[in-house]
Amino acid sequence: MEKECACSNRFADVDDLGPLEEIIEHYGSEKGALIPLLQEAQDAYGYLDEKIMREIAKRAGYQLSQVFGVATFFAQFRLKPIGEYLIKVCHGTACHVAGATQITDEVINQLGIEEGETTPDNKFTLESVMCLGACALAPIMVVGDDTHGKLKPTKIKKVLKAYAGPGGPEGAEGDDAE
Amino acid sequence: MSDNGNGHRYKVVLGYGTCGIAAGATAVKDALEEEVKKGSYDVDLDIAGCMGLCFIEPVVEIFDRQGGSVVYGDITAKKVPQLLEEHVGKGQVIEDWVVKKSEDPEACEGDFLANQLRVVLRNCGKINPESIEEYIQIGGYEAAKKALTSMTPEEVIDEVSTSGIRGRGGAGFPTGTKWGFARKSPGEEKYLICNADEGDPGAFMDRSVLEGDPHSVLEGMILAGFAIGARQGYIYCRAEYPLALKRLDIAIEECHQKGFLGEGIFGTDWSFEVKVKKGAGAFVCGEETAMMASIEGQRGMPNPRPPFPATHGLWGKPTNINNVETFAAIPWIIAEGGEKYAEIGTEKSKGTKVFCLAGKVRRTGLAEVPMGYTLRQVIFDVGGGIAEGREFKAVQMGGPSGGCLPAEKLDTQVDYDQITAAGAIIGSGGMIVADNRTCMVDLARYFLSFTQDESCGKCTPCRIGTKRMLEILERICEGKGEPEDIEKLQVLAGDIKDASLCALGGTAPNPVLTTLRYFKDEYEDHIFNHKCAAGSCPALITLRIDPETCTGCAACVKVCPTDAITGEKKEPHVIDAEACIRCKMCLSRCPSESIIAE
Repeated sequence: MEKECACSNRFADVDDLGPLEEIIEHYGSEKGALIPLLQEAQDAYGYLDEKIMREIAKRAGYQLSQVFGVATFFAQFRLKPIGEYLIKVCHGTACHVAGATQITDEVINQLGIEEGETTPDNKFTLESVMCLGACALAPIMVVGDDTHGKLKPTKIKKVLKAYAGPGGPEGAEGDDAE
Repeated sequence: MSDNGNGHRYKVVLGYGTCGIAAGATAVKDALEEEVKKGSYDVDLDIAGCMGLCFIEPVVEIFDRQGGSVVYGDITAKKVPQLLEEHVGKGQVIEDWVVKKSEDPEACEGDFLANQLRVVLRNCGKINPESIEEYIQIGGYEAAKKALTSMTPEEVIDEVSTSGIRGRGGAGFPTGTKWGFARKSPGEEKYLICNADEGDPGAFMDRSVLEGDPHSVLEGMILAGFAIGARQGYIYCRAEYPLALKRLDIAIEECHQKGFLGEGIFGTDWSFEVKVKKGAGAFVCGEETAMMASIEGQRGMPNPRPPFPATHGLWGKPTNINNVETFAAIPWIIAEGGEKYAEIGTEKSKGTKVFCLAGKVRRTGLAEVPMGYTLRQVIFDVGGGIAEGREFKAVQMGGPSGGCLPAEKLDTQVDYDQITAAGAIIGSGGMIVADNRTCMVDLARYFLSFTQDESCGKCTPCRIGTKRMLEILERICEGKGEPEDIEKLQVLAGDIKDASLCALGGTAPNPVLTTLRYFKDEYEDHIFNHKCAAGSCPALITLRIDPETCTGCAACVKVCPTDAITGEKKEPHVIDAEACIRCKMCLSRCPSESIIAE
């Protein structure tokens, strides 16, 4: 399976409004399209910069308060840029019972960042998410596009190490469940 | 597939859902393709959705020409060459890897499936979800065709009413009645919504159905749209389910090509369109009015009811909302007849229900059983009991709106009314099994932190009430509980239930109330004795090493972040309680399970 390029410049620069124009054009005057507009803008730019939100409000015909209101209501939208790999530690019930708190604690311990923060080298951003629906493999954590299941705190160091070098993950396919 | 397709001697089907992929199915897929390409095997490869055997993914099923099959579990890329060589090449079954055999369905782990009755999951794991042809081959879209060409909308609603099916999203409202309201609601323009915003942590059946059998959901929606008079349908699906979204897109496109969606369906003058709306991550959007606000592009905040969506729904028009699982059952009901569905289940809860078994149960996965099975049958007969031979403590049902039932309630039948009477809810069908290492106070705290986080903030009882409850629970877990805390929790819980605007707040206190009902002693132990018997709450436990079983391997020494563990090589080690921060790294590392948290 071909992997998407995970290099840090995979997102458009917020000064380049080209991608945004295409997105706004695509939705035209479609009723209730604000959420998909923001989702695609985030996919293109990696996060929702103030500039992007202002442009969406102006060009797609929304109040800025409406755009900001929606962007801050839903968990998926980010107002800050993310690192090369987004780490999502699942905190669904099954993962909680299986020790997700310790998984997050150990990622924090290894990377020296808190939840919601990005490492100084721009490599990793840490997030907690509510249930990815793969409860049978609890506790799980997603790094970039790879899912790592049946984790233990002691395995975190090894998992992260695979992503630390340049040029993408080494042997980090999501099949390292025991 | 019941036969092996294109005349090949064998057909190898790989379970390719999210669970399988997370467990390494992509590597298995690559290996299968490579081996088949380079070997001269008389074999056809295909994928299917999740069979529900999540505990033993990746799963491969090999069919022979007679329709017999063998299911293998825990398949890795490394095992693929041997699997093909022995089973496909020499016709020899590799007994050690077998999960189930068609000639002896109860052998190995097969009773996981043998103890189920699959209506909603009838096609999951059996057909390629990315192929409408495979769905049509097993009778797909026949029910929709029958209804649109030979039944009136009222007859469709009657059939659904006869079946007795109740909404599988959680509330359990009779589906036929709901459709009747939407049908009778005046207005030319009506909408149909499929709720695929499976927000309950611990529930993943909607994901599995969408990934494994998206056409049955679409067919159910075509039937519902026809019945209530809606020409536009929406599927509101979580963005956390990329594979489900992808397969829905494929399925909708295929339907358009076949003429099952669009104008003039099945040669009638009926038209129906389905659009997928991707959720943006808000638990409250599972609530009908909040979901509609979100589809309209607003903050997903609920509105008071009445008016109900049946009269004033999406864009102010009559709207009917059902869950994925409900829609998936509808084609079966129309094809087989409502009466046949009503024969399954109990007096007031008809049909089957899919449960997601997770937590400390031995076989995690999807369990679809007739209503009326006991919890014991689901957890022990289907689920195979508690993992690692430990003791059952409780089952958490219904997610953050539900409750925890203890061992003495194991003989309760799964039925909307009986589970509610016992103190939990069927809800969307998540079943998280807890063993004696799960702290019930911590579990209640977990759910309150979830609802507190997901509260939309619109009404005060939910926004502030859950915050106050959470603060109390946090302090109990930290060993700072006060004697009057239990009473405070009960008073707050009552107020929040009475005064919240929507079901999120109205049910948020439930996890606390049921744990107080059945596990009050644990709360008291935390508050008065500063003890967590489950060995879970870090502030209330001490870690020690059992000198009888410690082998002195020093694995724990290497992972201890505070150098609190010392000892001679090959001699029992000791933990310095003063230096220990109770992070439990040693506990997860110890190969001889010698570290005791108490």
